Formats: sequence, structure tokens, C-alpha cells
Amino acid sequence: MNSLRVNARVIRALGMRSIRQTFRRPQLMAPILVFPTLLLAVQTGGAGGAVDLPGFPPVQGFLQFMLAGAMMQSLMLAGNSGGIAFAVDIEMGFTDRLFAAPVPRYTIVLGRLAGVAALGFLSAVWFFAIGLAFGAEVHSGVAGVLIAVFLVTATATAVGGIGAAIALRTGSASVVQGLFPLVLVVLFLSSAFFPVDLMVQPAKAIAEYNPFSFIVEGVRTPIIAEVDATDLLEALLAIAGIVVLGLVLSARALRHRLRTG
Amino acid sequence: MEATAPLPQWRANLATIAALMARAKNELLRVPGAAIPGVLAPTIFFLGINGVFGALTQLRGFDTGTYESFVVPVSMLQGAGFTGAAAGVNLARDMEQGWVDRLLVSPAPRWVLLAGTVLAASARALIPATFVLAIALLLGASWPGVAGLLIAYLMTAAMAATAACWGSALALRFKSQSAAPLMQAGMMAVIFTTTAYAPLALLQPWMRSVAEVNPVTQVMDAARQGFLGAVTWAETWPAILVMLALIAALGAWALREMRRTAA
Repeated sequence: MNSLRVNARVIRALGMRSIRQTFRRPQLMAPILVFPTLLLAVQTGGAGGAVDLPGFPPVQGFLQFMLAGAMMQSLMLAGNSGGIAFAVDIEMGFTDRLFAAPVPRYTIVLGRLAGVAALGFLSAVWFFAIGLAFGAEVHSGVAGVLIAVFLVTATATAVGGIGAAIALRTGSASVVQGLFPLVLVVLFLSSAFFPVDLMVQPAKAIAEYNPFSFIVEGVRTPIIAEVDATDLLEALLAIAGIVVLGLVLSARALRHRLRTG
Repeated sequence: MEATAPLPQWRANLATIAALMARAKNELLRVPGAAIPGVLAPTIFFLGINGVFGALTQLRGFDTGTYESFVVPVSMLQGAGFTGAAAGVNLARDMEQGWVDRLLVSPAPRWVLLAGTVLAASARALIPATFVLAIALLLGASWPGVAGLLIAYLMTAAMAATAACWGSALALRFKSQSAAPLMQAGMMAVIFTTTAYAPLALLQPWMRSVAEVNPVTQVMDAARQGFLGAVTWAETWPAILVMLALIAALGAWALREMRRTAA
């Protein structure tokens, strides 16, 4: 069997393990699905009148607008949860055993990211199901759903890369868990929950340049309007930037861990 | 050897409650980092909600001048909810480590053990509330006046007590820290399905229906009144009744679970 196939099998096995870990412990699912769903419900019900504000983009309803934000929150928490689980593996010595195995080190990280990607996919499907169940329409149809699901899955993987890098660097689940508030900061300072033009300064100024705003718009546009090539391209570029950042940080953290033990 | 007279029961109970509260305080002093999420989360929510939804005040029917004044009581109550839920998580951890078993074989009445946990949470909730309030005032929230401030703090402490009873009941029921998301999600749900984001008239119809029957809406309105205008007894007493009823009901449930645990 050639080495590429062997590596693919390792990634698949580790990815399946990380998915099973998540489903086996419901407390890991709660932040990924329950909290964003709860926030989606209360924000839609509480701030739904915002669609009447002058300058609010034309939408079918606030739920339709908020779906992308809920997906973003969910995927970022999935990335954070992936980082926590990776750090737990490091704390328990499981990762050391993998390092001693005759497999390339990158497969260990990619295995974890495969699990995060699956969770990202699940969260996209979940929120589309919720949205459709409660009457939200996807303006650009099946193509729009596929684009949004792809972007959410790719972003989850990219964010998971940063979570994995922090886990490798610190080796501490509590440190990675402590980044949870940062997830909220990044989300609030993006267009996840409101149009940038209607946000209050200084949040508005930051949201305009936050790469996650570009990703949110890439996911949101096919839901509330026709697919827009510019929005899609900007989202893909933002994801690529996060992937590169995650790869660089992971490679450096991996080298540091192997050097220091 | 001279025998010492036993303490009267009421003094022994007070001493036990004080000891349990001191233990909670020591936790805070020895691991200050543990308090950070409880302070940070409501503060981030306050800044985030204010930055994101601040334009809602432009809606017709939203008579509040600044969104900071409207939202600061939400964040104070949210901090209380988090703190109370954290008391439940800590109780679950104590159960996993066997500490609660030792408490249960002590001669202290069950309600005293629960009161120690609940009152410690109430006192601790004033930390995030004060932090959020200070930031809100710096950002332009209205000064609520002494009466308004006292009522906001009273509601915060009572909300933390309610959350601690809820968290403790779940901790005693499930005997595991795995129940933590349920403790936190429950509090988040009752606090945000009120007039948290906008006045009742501007909520979506389904949310308005929920907020109208959610007793915490009364608490939210009472905590908010000083920030938005005059403080009135008519807006205060329903909230006090609601808090007393919730603490009594959830406290009774927690005590029932404690008795089941001890049996």
C-alpha cells in the first residue's frame, strides 16, 4: 500500500475517533449546537424588529439574516472544542503515543481537523434544517445551500487549525477552553449578527476589516440573495488566510512540542 | 478538662453557613483566574450587544435614550446567572471528589448546606455586576440613582440565588460536571426570553408571548427601572415576589435532591 493511502487511513481513523468522542460526550455538543441555537432563537425573537431599520438589507425575515451568524458561532465553537479535545489528548499522553507511531506528524493534526470539519458540516446542516423548519427560505436554492455548507465546513477546519496550534503549543485544555470568550469577541466584532453599516462605532470599524465578516457575507449572500461572485471570492480568500495562519502556527507549535517534549 | 457548652442550634447553623461562604471566598482568592470567565462573559456580551444592536433605539416605540442603559441590567442578571450556575458546577465537582459525602454525614441540617452555597453565589455575583456596571457608566449609561442601584443589585443577588438553586438541584440530580451546559443554558434561556433586547411591544410575536409569561421579565423590568427613569414600588414588588417564589421552588427541589442523595 503506498504511503499516501496509509496516511489517508490514519487521518480517517483519527477523524472518526474525534467525531465519536464528541457524540459520546453530550457536553461537547452543547456549545456547538445548543448555545448557538438558543442565541439564534433569542436574538431572532428579541431583535427581529431590526429588519424595519432604514438601511437594513432586504430580507425575508431576521431569521433568514441570522442563519449565517449562527453557523459562524457554531463552527467557531466546533474549532474551539476540537482544540480542547486535542489538548486533552496531549494531557493524557495519547498524542505522545501517536508521535511515537510510524506515521507522519501532520496526519495527527489533520485527523483532528477531519473531526472538526465533520462538526462544521453538521452545524451547517443543522442550522439549515432549523431555518427551513421555521420558515426561512434560501434565496439561491440548492446551489446556495451547497456553497454555504462548503464555506462553513472549510471555515470550521481553518479555525480548528488555530485551535490545534494553541493546543500543541500549550498542551493545556483549560487554556484552550479559556479562549471561549475570544470567540464571542470575534463574532460580535464581525457582521455575524447585524449589518456592518448599522453597527455602532467602534465595533463597526473593526467589523469592516474582520476576515470573519467576509466569510459571514459569503455564507449569508446565497441565503438572502443571489450568489455573488465577489462575496464568494472574498470569503474564500479570508478562509485561505486563516488556513495559512493555522498551518504556520501548527507547524511551529509542533516543532516546539517535539523539541521540548 | 473543662467542657465547653454546645452552641445553640441557630448559631451553629449560622457558623456553618459562614464557613461554607468562606470556603467559596477562598476558592476565589486562591484561583482568581476561575472568576475571569464569569466576569468576562457578561462584559463581552454587554459590549457586543451594545455595539451590534445599538441601532435598535432608532425603532419607533423604543423610547430609551441610550442602548447602554437598556442593556446593562441584562448583563448584570446574566453575570448572576453564570455565577449561580457555576456554583452548581462547583457542587458537582465537590460531589465527584467526595467532599459532599462528607458534608452529608455532618450534623448540619440540609438547608444549611444549601444556604451556604446559595448565599456565596449571591455575594459573588456582585463582582461581575459591579464590573459591567462600571464599564456601562463609563460608556454613557444613565446613573440609576441610589434606589435604582440598590434594586438592581438586589435583583442580581436574587437571580444568582435562583441560579445557584437550579444549578445545585441539577448537580445533585446528575452528580456530574457534565450537567454544566444544562445549568448554563437554562439560565441563559430564562434571562434572554424576556425584554432583554427590546421593549415588549417590539419583540417578535412568539417572543412577546414567552416574555409575557416568563416571570424573569418582571425581574428584568425592576432591575432596569432606575436606568430608564423613576423607581416605583409598583414595578418593584412583583419582581421581589417572583424571586422569592423561584428561590423557594428551586430551593425545595434542590433540598429534595439532597435528601435523595443522602438516602
